[in-house]
Amino acid sequence: MDLNFTEAEEAFRAEARQWLEANVPRGLPSGDTREGFALHVEWEKKLFDARWSVVSWPEEYGGRGASLWEWLIFEEEYYRAGAPQRVTQNGIFLLAPTIFEFGTAEQKARFLPRMAAADDLWCQGWSEPDAGSDLAGIKSRAARDDARGGWVINGQKTWTTRGAFCNWLFGLFRTDPEAERHKGMTYLLVPLDADGVTVRGVERLDGDEGFAEVFFDDVFVGDDLVLGGVNQGWGVAMATTSSERGLTLRSPGRFCAAADRLVDLWKRRSALAATGDLAAVGAGDPALRDAVAQSWMEAEAYRLATLADVTGIVEGRPQGARSSLTKIFWSELDVRLHETALRLLGPTAELVDDAPGAVDGGAWMKGYEFALSGPIYAGTNEIQRNVVAERVLGLPRK
Amino acid sequence: MRFAFTDDQILFRDTVADLLSKECPAEAVRWAWADETGRRRELWSALAEMGVVGLTVPEAHGGLGLGEVDLVPLLTEVGRVAFPGALVETTAVVAPLLAENAPASVAERWLPAIAAGEAVATVQLAGQPFVADAHVADLLVAQHDDRIYAVPGDKLRLTPQPSVDGARRLFSVEFDAADAELVVNGEAGWLAANHAFDRGAGATAAVLVGLAEQMIAMTVDYVVARRQFGVPIGSFQAVKHHLADAELKVSFARPTVWHAAYSLAHGRTVADRDVSLAKCFASDAAEVVARKALQCHGAIGYTTEHDLHFWLKRTWALAASWGDAAWHRRRVAHLLLDA
Ligand SMILES: Cc1cc2nc3c(=O)[nH]c(=O)nc-3n(C[C@H](O)[C@H](O)[C@H](O)COP(=O)(O)OP(=O)(O)OC[C@H]3O[C@@H](n4cnc5c(N)ncnc54)[C@H](O)[C@@H]3O)c2cc1C
Repeated sequence: MDLNFTEAEEAFRAEARQWLEANVPRGLPSGDTREGFALHVEWEKKLFDARWSVVSWPEEYGGRGASLWEWLIFEEEYYRAGAPQRVTQNGIFLLAPTIFEFGTAEQKARFLPRMAAADDLWCQGWSEPDAGSDLAGIKSRAARDDARGGWVINGQKTWTTRGAFCNWLFGLFRTDPEAERHKGMTYLLVPLDADGVTVRGVERLDGDEGFAEVFFDDVFVGDDLVLGGVNQGWGVAMATTSSERGLTLRSPGRFCAAADRLVDLWKRRSALAATGDLAAVGAGDPALRDAVAQSWMEAEAYRLATLADVTGIVEGRPQGARSSLTKIFWSELDVRLHETALRLLGPTAELVDDAPGAVDGGAWMKGYEFALSGPIYAGTNEIQRNVVAERVLGLPRK
Repeated sequence: MRFAFTDDQILFRDTVADLLSKECPAEAVRWAWADETGRRRELWSALAEMGVVGLTVPEAHGGLGLGEVDLVPLLTEVGRVAFPGALVETTAVVAPLLAENAPASVAERWLPAIAAGEAVATVQLAGQPFVADAHVADLLVAQHDDRIYAVPGDKLRLTPQPSVDGARRLFSVEFDAADAELVVNGEAGWLAANHAFDRGAGATAAVLVGLAEQMIAMTVDYVVARRQFGVPIGSFQAVKHHLADAELKVSFARPTVWHAAYSLAHGRTVADRDVSLAKCFASDAAEVVARKALQCHGAIGYTTEHDLHFWLKRTWALAASWGDAAWHRRRVAHLLLDA
């Protein structure tokens, strides 16, 4: 057991910290609105220009060939510096690992550098109106078109995050309707400017147009846009679910930074409570002290569990189904953390946007609304609990 | 960076686990409930022979000279079998306290005997109302304010304080000042006491993880075998989710326990905070797991004929000793918020 980073890793940290401190944008609006998204893409391009957008990728695709440890360090510094959530995450964290694993050389060269540079912006097209948790129930079809050498898509995707602002979609489509449910699906890459694609933005709980419905009406994609083999889509897609549940999508740096901000909020609110300010008296409640400490401890426990998981991965002991435990833990800690923040804010918690009385610009309510989606997306926590019971503990499926 | 045990540590753990599974099965815990002393000196000697009891005793005194990180996996095995005995007190707390603080005469008198398995030690720090295993202890280390004393076991006057865990033996203890030898006092005494408390809390957290893991294992076996409505009860989603919650709790307590040991072993300045995180999470996890385990067993788990209650009761006892979850959460809050 050795919890020290190497000199080279510390140097990497110092370099990242220095660059981030000088460059992190302040006060960016939400990336889930059209205008905000454009500003976030600018930030993504800036990250790319300094080769910080995809540190763990090989240099030929725009990365630094960073190790998993360095990636964790970068994430820690990224969120510590107060940098925003990545609007490119579905491409760089979910699709890219799949392309690295299953893509042809041509696909890698075509898609990865443009993804790293935020020239192409990717959204994830899995869910459909009748297929959410039961993803294998998707109905959108891709029919063979031998004459043109490709596939013709009809159907609909939904809840597509930032779909209204992206130009590419990766998704699962049914290519063999006769096959049993988990077979006969193909993972396709679809340009959203293709003929027959209609995208309609949908307002999320927080009022931003962060969701989209995507309609496909005889949309043609060539064979070069099949990722990982015809009718192999389920297996290919499952490779991204483990990234999504596990550590790549939600590194501990993010929650540690949020916990530190919560500690800071507690200090400010309890100082105010001590002055007798009626709007802050609730913050003097000792139960809230405990709750703040609990959230900080949960973030720290998540960091420590990640160090153990990464050690395992590096030494050839992958997380497997245990990534479901990770997903449950980070999503539920995030909800509790924000609930505690709102209780500290008392009657000012409900203030949002430019309300002059809002604390931290209403960011805590916004954060709470987003945290509430954590137990739903990336496989609901009920589904994750089923996975833990069946695949970690070995309980019978039926 | 490497947050895992070494191959040697894992091998040692497996060897100890093997011994304990043979020598300390559930029947041995049941025996300990009924027996007058509840302690088998042969088992203690076998553990000493393997190096477990003297793990933290310096090599010069016949021990292995190892530290907290080496001890954690072994304590988890001790918890897994609900081992009745004062290993936390002797090995995790008293031996390092004496090795670091005692004058040569005291160290030489006790440390080789501890390593050889000839002396069982126990401890009473300020604020700890009862002493575990005082009836079989050859040595009590007791704190009075800044002074820490060594008192021979045969000079103790004991009042039994029966615990809900019948295999655990607790006592109120009195002794005469004339029988007590000073180990350390002054500033160094306070430091030694604080350090001893953190070691005891961290070690107990490791035991709690083992208790929790075993309760999950027992419950998984039970819900796979037990059938109702024509199917194993483990196929019901409500049962699955109880067990998934249990696994979640222990999975995120475990690394905090390793980390606390690491911080203690390396003398990190935040070791007190790290220990409190570990004990808070381990107490909390084991208590949740105990509830879930009982619920999934139904009425059979509510009997003393079934073995589950040994683990439930040890959990209740240890979750509340060396500071309960709430106490440790408060300490983290203090260190975090009042700085
Ligand atoms: C913020 C956000 C972003 C998203 N982004 C995307 C995206 O970019 N691309 C995309 O494809 N999808 C996206 N989704 C959709 C997400 O994947 C689905 O919401 C999720 O898979 C659940 O499906 P559902 O919403 O249809 O709920 P349902 O499956 O209808 O579930 C409703 C409730 O029933 C429970 N339930 C269902 N089945 C079971 C079962 N077997 N056992 C126990 N309980 C069960 C669920 O746990 C849940 O509580 C996003 C969702 C959110 C909230």
